[in-house]
Amino acid sequence: MKKVFNRPRSLKDAVFHYCPGCGHSIVHRLIAEIIDELSIRGKVIGVPPAGCAVLAYNYFDVDMGEAPHGRGAAVATGLKRSLPDRIVFTYQGDGDIAAIGTAETIHAANRAENITVVFINNGVYGMTGGQMAPTTILGQISSTTPGGRNKDRDGVPIDLSEMLAITNGSVYIERTAVDNPKNIVRTKKAITKAFKVQMAGLGFSLVEVLSPCPTNLKMSPVQASEWIGSTMTTYFPLKIIKDTVGKL
Amino acid sequence: MSEKMLLRGSHVIAEAAVRAGCRFYFGYPITPQNELTEYMASALASLPDGVFIQSESELAAINMVIGVSMTGKRVMTSSSSPGISLKQEGISFLSGQELPAVIINTMRGGPGLGNIAPAQGDYFQATRGGGHGDYRNIVLAPGSGQELADFTKLAFEYADRYRTPVIILGDGMMSQMMEPVIFPDPIDPASLPPKPWVLDGAEGRPSRIIRSLILDVSAMEEHNWKLFRKYEVIDREVPEMEQFLTDDAHLAVIAYGTASRIAKGAIKRVREMGLKVGLLRPKTLWPFPKRKLLELSRTITDFLVFEMSTGQMLEDVKLSLEGRGRIHFYGRPGGIISTPDEIAKVINNVYFKKGLNRV
Repeated sequence: MKKVFNRPRSLKDAVFHYCPGCGHSIVHRLIAEIIDELSIRGKVIGVPPAGCAVLAYNYFDVDMGEAPHGRGAAVATGLKRSLPDRIVFTYQGDGDIAAIGTAETIHAANRAENITVVFINNGVYGMTGGQMAPTTILGQISSTTPGGRNKDRDGVPIDLSEMLAITNGSVYIERTAVDNPKNIVRTKKAITKAFKVQMAGLGFSLVEVLSPCPTNLKMSPVQASEWIGSTMTTYFPLKIIKDTVGKL
Repeated sequence: MSEKMLLRGSHVIAEAAVRAGCRFYFGYPITPQNELTEYMASALASLPDGVFIQSESELAAINMVIGVSMTGKRVMTSSSSPGISLKQEGISFLSGQELPAVIINTMRGGPGLGNIAPAQGDYFQATRGGGHGDYRNIVLAPGSGQELADFTKLAFEYADRYRTPVIILGDGMMSQMMEPVIFPDPIDPASLPPKPWVLDGAEGRPSRIIRSLILDVSAMEEHNWKLFRKYEVIDREVPEMEQFLTDDAHLAVIAYGTASRIAKGAIKRVREMGLKVGLLRPKTLWPFPKRKLLELSRTITDFLVFEMSTGQMLEDVKLSLEGRGRIHFYGRPGGIISTPDEIAKVINNVYFKKGLNRV
C-alpha cells in the first residue's frame, strides 16, 4: 500500500484543539507544508497571537515566541532585527491585528520590516465567544451586536490590508480564503510567496485569509464556508491587493 | 582603565549600556529623558551590530524589547512616568516569560500627564510589579553619575542572571545633572555566555516555546511559585544600602536617588551643629534592604523618611522595621526639589522634639 498523505515535518504530532470546521487547522497545515517545502524549518521563528491561535505554539514544530495581544508585529520586529537571516512570521486574528494591534502593524509595514504576516479574518472574536470584530460585516449578528452591526454606531468593517497597501514598506499583500479547495490552493501559493518575499529580503508581506468560524457564526461548517463565498467576499474581495515584487 | 569623563546623567546611562554590550534600543520620545534616546540613536548607528528604532509608541518599544530578548541579546528601553505606564503590559509579559531586559524610568511629576519636573511618585509602580499578575521587578536607584554607570552595567548582569526585567529608577534631576564618571571597560556582546533558552530557529535541536499563557491551573500555580522562589533568591542576594554617618546616629534619614543627595547635604549641615544624624540610602528598592534596616534599629531610634512623593517607600520602611523605632515622614511631591536647608530644618525639628539632643 502506498502512503499518500503525511503530517508535515513542521507540525507536531498533536491533536488540534480547534472547533470542527475552523479554518485555523487548514492554515496551520498549509504553513507547515510551506516551511517544509522551502526547507526553512530550522530558521523559522513564529509569533502566535492572543486568541484561539495562541496555542499555535503547540502545533508548529518551529521556535515560537508568544506576543501580547496585538503586538505581534512589534515582537517580530525585535526578533527579525536581532536575527536578520532567520524567517520570522506572525499569525494573527482580525481582533489582534485590525483592532488592538493596528498601530504596531501599520508601523511595521511602514518601516518595511522584513517579516511575513498571516492574518486570519473570520469576522468575529473567536476565543472570547463571538463578539463584534473590526471586520464584522454590516448587519452581522454577534454577541455585542445583537441587532446586527450598525454603521452609525459601530462603523464599517475595516479594510486593514488595503490600508497596509498604502504604506511604502509593504511589498506584497494578498487576500485569499480557505472556504473551498480551489481557494485553499490559492492560499498556499500566496503564503508561499509571502515567505519567499521575506527570504529575498524585499520587505513587509501579508496574506489575509478569510476563514470560517462556524462556532461563533452559529452555522454548520458547510454553511460557514458558504457564507464566506456568498457574503464575506462582497466586503473583502479576494485579490492581490499589492504586489511590487512580481514573480519569485 | 577608562579616563574620567563629564557627562549628563542620561548620556551616562546610554554610554554605560553600550559598554555593557547592549546593541538594541527601542524608545519613544518623552521629556525629561530624550537625551538618552538621542544618545542611543547616535551610538548604535556607529556600531555595525547596533539597532535603534524610534518606535510608534511605548507599547511597541517594549514589545520590540521582548522580541530581541527572546533571541538572548542585551536590550534596553527607556521612558518617563506616563510612558512607563504604557510599558507595563510588556513588563508583565517579560516577567511571565522570564526574559531579561533593562528599563529606565526617569520619573516626573504625576499622576496623569503631570509635569516634567523630578519626582518619585512611581515607587509603588516599580517595586510592586506595576503590571498585572504576581511578579516583582529588580529596581535599582542610583544616587550619582558614577552609580548611573555602575548600576546600568549591573542591571544587565542581574537581568541575565535572574532572567527578569530590571528597572533603573531615576528622575529628571539625575538625568540632566552633569557629573564626572569613570566608565567600566566595554564588553564585546559576542563574549557574553550563550543562553540555552533562546529562540533562533530549531536547527539541530527540538523547537522551543517562549510563552506566558499557562491554561492548566496547577501548572500556572507552579509557575507562580517558581517565580516566587526566584524572587526569594534575589531578595537574599541583591539588596544594597549605603550607610553614611550612621555609626553614632540617633536619627537616620532614609532617602533614595535625588532625595538622598539633598538629604546628605542637610546631614552635613546638622552634623556641624553636633546632631548625631546619618543617612540610609537604599540602592535597591526591590528587593528592599529590610534586614539591614531592621538590624540598624538596635542603635538608631528615629527614622525620617524623605521622599519626593506623598510617602511610598515609607510603607517599605514600616514593613522592614516591624514596629521598632519611631518613623517620621517628610514628602515633597509634584516636582518640588527641596533644598538641603529645608531638610536640615525638618531634621532639627524631629531631633529636638523627640529629645534626641538629651540622649
